[in-house]
Parts: sequence; C-alpha cells; structure tokens
Amino acid sequence: MSGEAQLIDALRKGDEEAFRELVREYQPSLVRIARIYVPTQAAAEDVAAETWLGVLKGLDRFEGRSSLRTWIFRILTNIAKTRAVRDGRTLPFSAMQEPGRVPEAAVDADRFLDPEHPRWPGHWAVKPEAWPEDALLAAETRERLAEAIEALPATQRAVISLRDIEGWSSEEVRNALDLSETNQRVLLHRARSKVRAALESYLQEDTA
Amino acid sequence: MTVYAEQLSCQELVELVTDYLEGALSEEETVRFESHIGRCDGCQAYLEQIRQTVALSGRLSAGVLSPEAERALLDAFRDWRSS
Ligand SMILES: [Zn+2]
Repeated sequence: MSGEAQLIDALRKGDEEAFRELVREYQPSLVRIARIYVPTQAAAEDVAAETWLGVLKGLDRFEGRSSLRTWIFRILTNIAKTRAVRDGRTLPFSAMQEPGRVPEAAVDADRFLDPEHPRWPGHWAVKPEAWPEDALLAAETRERLAEAIEALPATQRAVISLRDIEGWSSEEVRNALDLSETNQRVLLHRARSKVRAALESYLQEDTA
Repeated sequence: MTVYAEQLSCQELVELVTDYLEGALSEEETVRFESHIGRCDGCQAYLEQIRQTVALSGRLSAGVLSPEAERALLDAFRDWRSS
C-alpha cells in the first residue's frame, strides 16, 4: 500500500493522529488559496474548516483516481467559489486566466536610461546594489517581506506563497489554481518582482 | 557559432528573469541572457536579489494552525467517526 493509501485507510478507521497530521500539513495552503476567493482571513479560515468537513464526508467515496491533495483542493475551491457567488463577489477568474493583458513592469522605467539612448539604450540608470548579508537575515527584513507578499493582489499572492513559501512545484500550483503554464509564470514573475522592489527600498533606506 | 543578433537591454533582461529561473527560455535566449549577465554587474546584482528574495520567502513560516482551530477540527473528526 502506498503512503497515501495507508493514510486514507487510517483516516477511514478513525485514526485521530492521522487526521491531525493531515490538517497541520494542509491548513496553511488551504487558507491561502481560500483568500483568493474571500475577502478576509477569518472568512478564509471558515472556508478551510468547511473543507475539512467536506473531506470527512467524502472520504468513503474517495477512490484515489486523483491524488489526495488534488482532491482536497478541489473541495476547497468549490466551497470558496460557492461562497464568493453567494456573497455577490466577483470571481477572480478573468484576472487568473489573462494576467498578461495588463502589462506591468518588473522594475520602474525610471530606473533605466531611455530606450533611445545613443550609447546605452535601456541600460540601468540606477543600478541595483548587492544587499548587505546581515541586514538581509534580520528578523525585521523577514517582516517586510511578509508584508510585501500580503500586499500583493490575491492571485499573485497565492502563487508566490505556494511556490516560494511552501515550496510547491509549478505543476502543483497550476493544478490547484487551474492556471496555464504561462499564466502561472506571469503571476510568479510579477509577485517576485514587486517583493524584490519592496525589499530593495527597505534595505536601501536602511543603509542610506 | 551563435549570432547575437540583438543584445538584450537591462530593461528587457529583468522581464526574463523568472522565465530564466523556471527554465522556460529557449537555448538561444538562455545564451543571450547569460552573456548579458556575464558582462553587466547591475543585472548580476538584480538576479542575485531575486534569488535572495526567493530564498528568504522559503524561510517564512508557512503559517500555523491555532490550537483552538485544531481542537475544533478534531472535534469535528470525532463527531464524524462516531456517526
Ligand atoms: Zn544589464
């Protein structure tokens, strides 16, 4: 029996420890993804709790045709979407499916020389400087980083959180969020670019 | 021999960083990207900052479940088990 089949077997037999482990592993990701659809952290936690009830209810019918993870996230997105519709919220699908339609620069244009510059077109006008290692590792820098991620649009926040905080592969993120390869990359690019810019402005103000 | 028909500007390069790190550039684009990085300390610093941003994100805690929330879920589990 695979590890996953064993886990499902344990859950069906009512093994509380197995359930506790599962909840600890998935809850942060569930809440993050729920946040794409609902406006507050509290509402996202409600959606996650409701998801676990759905998981328990469906456990006996789960046939293992998809992975447990995929199945759990499908339950979550169904609940979150239903709730968003009930609350009269617009689903973020248009933004999810076509993030490239509205262009966004990774770095402000004024950091570069004019594209028509005779000698150095599009070259850095103000070059990035190496970040001081000790400041980078400071707890306050991590707080700024967390704030910058929190300030992102929901879809970008979900992608960077799953990829870079939780270490999911791009394929896992694409499946959970139903994104194309290109769109996943565009969202990740925008998110990382903005977070880098936020860190840069913080670390520079620190050394200036 | 590879022909560097068009060299990348720094402004173009920063838009390709994620594609580069994701392995989504063609072989030719990868050569153009790396040859620019090799002779531009500004872009080298930029790429390093993106890598540091990713690494630092990985050190953020993934978020923890509050004891109350965990207790509520375990209660739900016991209800389910006894039903
Ligand atoms: Zn450059």
